[in-house]
Parts: sequence; C-alpha cells; structure tokens
Amino acid sequence: MQKPLAAIISAGLSKFGRLDGMSLREIFAVAAKEAFDSCPNLNYKEDIKAIFIGHMIESSEHQCHTGPLIGDWVGLPNTPSLRFESACASSGAALRSGVMAIMSGLFDIVMVGGVERLTHLKTSEATEYLSLSADYALEQWNGFTFPALFASMAKAHMHKYRTKEEHFAMVAVKNHSCGAKNPKAHLQKEITLDKVMSSKVIASPLKLYDCSLISDGASCLILTKPELARKFTDSPVYIIGTGQASDTIGIYERDDLTKLNASILAAKQAYKMADISPKEVNLAEVHDCFTVAEILAYEALGFCKPGEGGNMIENQETCLDGCIPVNMSGGLKSKGHPVGATGAAQAYEIFLQLTAQADKRQVSDARIGLSHNIGGTGSTAIVHIYKR
Amino acid sequence: MVESSKISTVGGDLNDFTRNEAGEISPTIENFFRYCSERKLMAVRCEQCETIHLPPRPFCSKCYSSNLEWFKLKGKGKLLTYSIVHVPPPQFETIAPYAVGVVKLEEGVNLPGVIKLKDMKNLNIGIELIVDFETLPFESWLGRTRYYFKEP
Repeated sequence: MQKPLAAIISAGLSKFGRLDGMSLREIFAVAAKEAFDSCPNLNYKEDIKAIFIGHMIESSEHQCHTGPLIGDWVGLPNTPSLRFESACASSGAALRSGVMAIMSGLFDIVMVGGVERLTHLKTSEATEYLSLSADYALEQWNGFTFPALFASMAKAHMHKYRTKEEHFAMVAVKNHSCGAKNPKAHLQKEITLDKVMSSKVIASPLKLYDCSLISDGASCLILTKPELARKFTDSPVYIIGTGQASDTIGIYERDDLTKLNASILAAKQAYKMADISPKEVNLAEVHDCFTVAEILAYEALGFCKPGEGGNMIENQETCLDGCIPVNMSGGLKSKGHPVGATGAAQAYEIFLQLTAQADKRQVSDARIGLSHNIGGTGSTAIVHIYKR
Repeated sequence: MVESSKISTVGGDLNDFTRNEAGEISPTIENFFRYCSERKLMAVRCEQCETIHLPPRPFCSKCYSSNLEWFKLKGKGKLLTYSIVHVPPPQFETIAPYAVGVVKLEEGVNLPGVIKLKDMKNLNIGIELIVDFETLPFESWLGRTRYYFKEP
C-alpha cells in the first residue's frame, strides 16, 4: 500500500438541517469548534497555517469571500484562506487542495472544510441557484431542472439495463435507515418503499424521496503531514489516494448518459495512488444527490459492473451488514446536502468510522474508506481513499 | 444572410463577437440563439477535421482549428432520453408538467430541449422528433426565442 499523502487528525461537523438564525460564519464555527476541542494537543492559533473552504452559493447571504469570513470567525484572521467553488464538490475540492498543500511541504497543518446556508431561501430560489452548476444556456434555458438532468440519466439507465424505479427507491430507504442513526442528520427517520414510490413526482422517474435535502451545515477537518500525525492523536486517519476529473458541462454532450465518466476517471486515479482495488474498500460515502446518482456511483467506483447497480441495492450489498456499506451517515439523502459542506462532511463520516466513533451505524472492523463527491451533473468528480 | 446549407465562414477573430469585416457572424452561444430567432437551427463545422459543434465554439475543441463554418442543421433526430418535469422553475410554471429530453440529430450531434407532443403517451426513447421555434414571453441574455422538439 502507498505511503500516506496526508493525515486527518481531527474533524468537526455542525448539525445538518434547518439552522434558523445562524449565518455562514456561525455555522462553520460550530464545525471548527468540534474539530478544535476534540484535538487538545493542537495549538490551533499557532499551528493552523492555511484554510481551504468550500462554499457554492454566495447569493443566499449576499456574501462572497468566504475564506477570510470564516477565518476571522474561528479566530484565525491573519491565516491565509481560500474559497473553492466547484458546485456540490466545493469542499471535496477544498480537501484535495489541502492534501496537495500538505504534500507540497509548504504547510505542516491546514484546516479544510465547507459551509452552506440554504434553508432560509424559498425552495424555488434554492433549486434555481443549485441548477446553475449545469449548462444554463442549453439546459436550464430549455426547461431542464436539476432533477430533470439526473432523471434523464435515470431514464437512460432504466432503458439500457432494465433498472427499475424501485431500485432508486431502495437507495432512499437504505439511506434514511442510516440517517435515522445519525444524530447530526437532517431527517432522522426511516421511510418505507411505498412512501418513496407514492411520493410526489418531481421530474419523472424521480420523485420527492429520490431527491436529497436542501440543508444548512458545515464540515471541518484538520490535516497534517503523515509523519506528524501521532504528535496530535493516537488515532489519525490517513489519506492514501486522491483523484479528480471533469466531464462536459452539459449532459447532452456525453456519449453515454448511463455513466458518470469523471467519477470513473477520478476513482481510477485514487485507486492507483492508494494501490488498492475496489474490493478492498470497507465502506464508502458516495454522492447521492439523487438516488440514481448512488447507483451510478456503485458502477463508476467499481463496486459492481456497469448496469448492475440496481441489483447491488436490491441484494442489500451496500447496507450496514452488506459487503460494502455505502452512505452509513445517511448520505445527502437523509443526512442532508448543504452543498458546499458535503465533500468534507463525507470525509468526516469516514473519519468517524475508521476511528470507531460511528456508534449505532459503525461498520465493524472498518480499515479502508472511500469518499466520492461530484459537482453539477458529474462535471466535477473527486474521490479520496482513507485508511486508519 | 445567405439561405443555403453554408451560411458563412468564420475567420477566427475571437474578439469579434458580432460580425467580422466580411459580415460574418461569430460562433457564439448568443449568435446560435440569434439564428433561432430567424427560425434557423445552426451549428458550426470544423473545416479541418469536420467535427460538428452544437452549440458553436470559438475554435474546434478537437483539432484546435479556428476555421469553422456555420451550417444549417436539418432539425430532425431521435430521442435518446427524457424526463417529465412536474415541479418547474417559475418561468415554466404555465406549461408544467412538460417533457424535456436529449435528441440525437441526424448529423450525429445531441441537443437538449423541451418536447411538445399532441399526446404525451407517445413519449418514448427512440421516437423521431423535429425542431420548431417559439417566442417566449420573457427574455434572458439568450434573447427571447427558443427551439423545441415536436413530432414530425
């Protein structure tokens, strides 16, 4: 196995959901405080040398320049800070840049994370902002909502592989059953297959319960060089692979609408760097912005062959006691999707799992984890591989 | 504008977003929709490698030639995939539920758009569709004309 690239020595996550009365800086401060408090050996005021923060939608608060904004509010007003906008992969991008900054040798310790505030907006406003990550001129102008883009991929997958609407619904049922065990999840309740299947159609074949949640939230990780990690904690989590790739901005330009091509490429890079095969992954957090996206992710990440994603969920292979548990946090579907915070929040869950802190949703003997974060319709894909 | 399959050649001045000295129109997204307002579905073809770009691009992303030529598409194709939108954005509320889809045109390039059928029960992957144009009651930086798909 490859020498680690960086180590996570601490992590924090705000509650996801409707955080009334809290603005971006305060939401992030909650996540940062948890990360600081759970690492007493870290002298964060002195030790943190740079901040990398994911944040997508500045219109929600009329607030850009999120780097200094949150740096200031976590007591690091003079620390260099950068904001990343890669749609829903913004904090996956922040994490990857933090890893690269550590690998460069320029910094010994950096803080990465993400934040988003959406629930104070009207649903129509929030969904319109979220859809701006696709090709506005050709897709939104022509009536495609963001759900309709993933619905089009779902329809193509159903047509080519006989995937059923029930398969998508099973993803929602599984992720809600996990989210019910996550005290920080937005919707902590189990749902039935009937409830998903009978929910309101948003963009056929996708229904209300096939869609992830519009949430507020923040995520924070402290990274250091692998060789320094044990100075700060007895149980660091090492990042052993990172991959990123892009795809066309519009889905209409793609040869095959049943594949997440950028995710396939990013996963290949990460597996090669980590020197492992998909079979060695013990658990994964994947980008289930819509239930169909989780099925496409199984195939893109090599957990099953193309077209077999539906069978994989039907056979319960990705449940807590399956061969590769996926989205034990509840995923974007149940934990929630404060878009800018999502990528680093996936890493937070992997950190909890690999350090045996995931309580009722703990995967037994989890050694290797993977996170998969996409932006837009998969136009950005970022994959990280972790080991304890 | 010359009414032929070859409308004009684009000379490669990327700073000219309107017309060049020969009166030719630049290969931009805005100009694609400007052609739509003239009821023409236009793409550009690379003179060097023959790749078709829809929507047009300022240079060929395959061979990097700037020698591109506008031409009129036949506006016929087959439906690759679709969705029926039940929860629309505000500007589409009056027509919801409505269908959108990705159409593979006879020339081999794909185009996304609204699909209007007399009977939505006929909406299936693989059906043949043709392009028509409509003027909208609102506008954006793309103007106020849009193409859409309907049955032949």
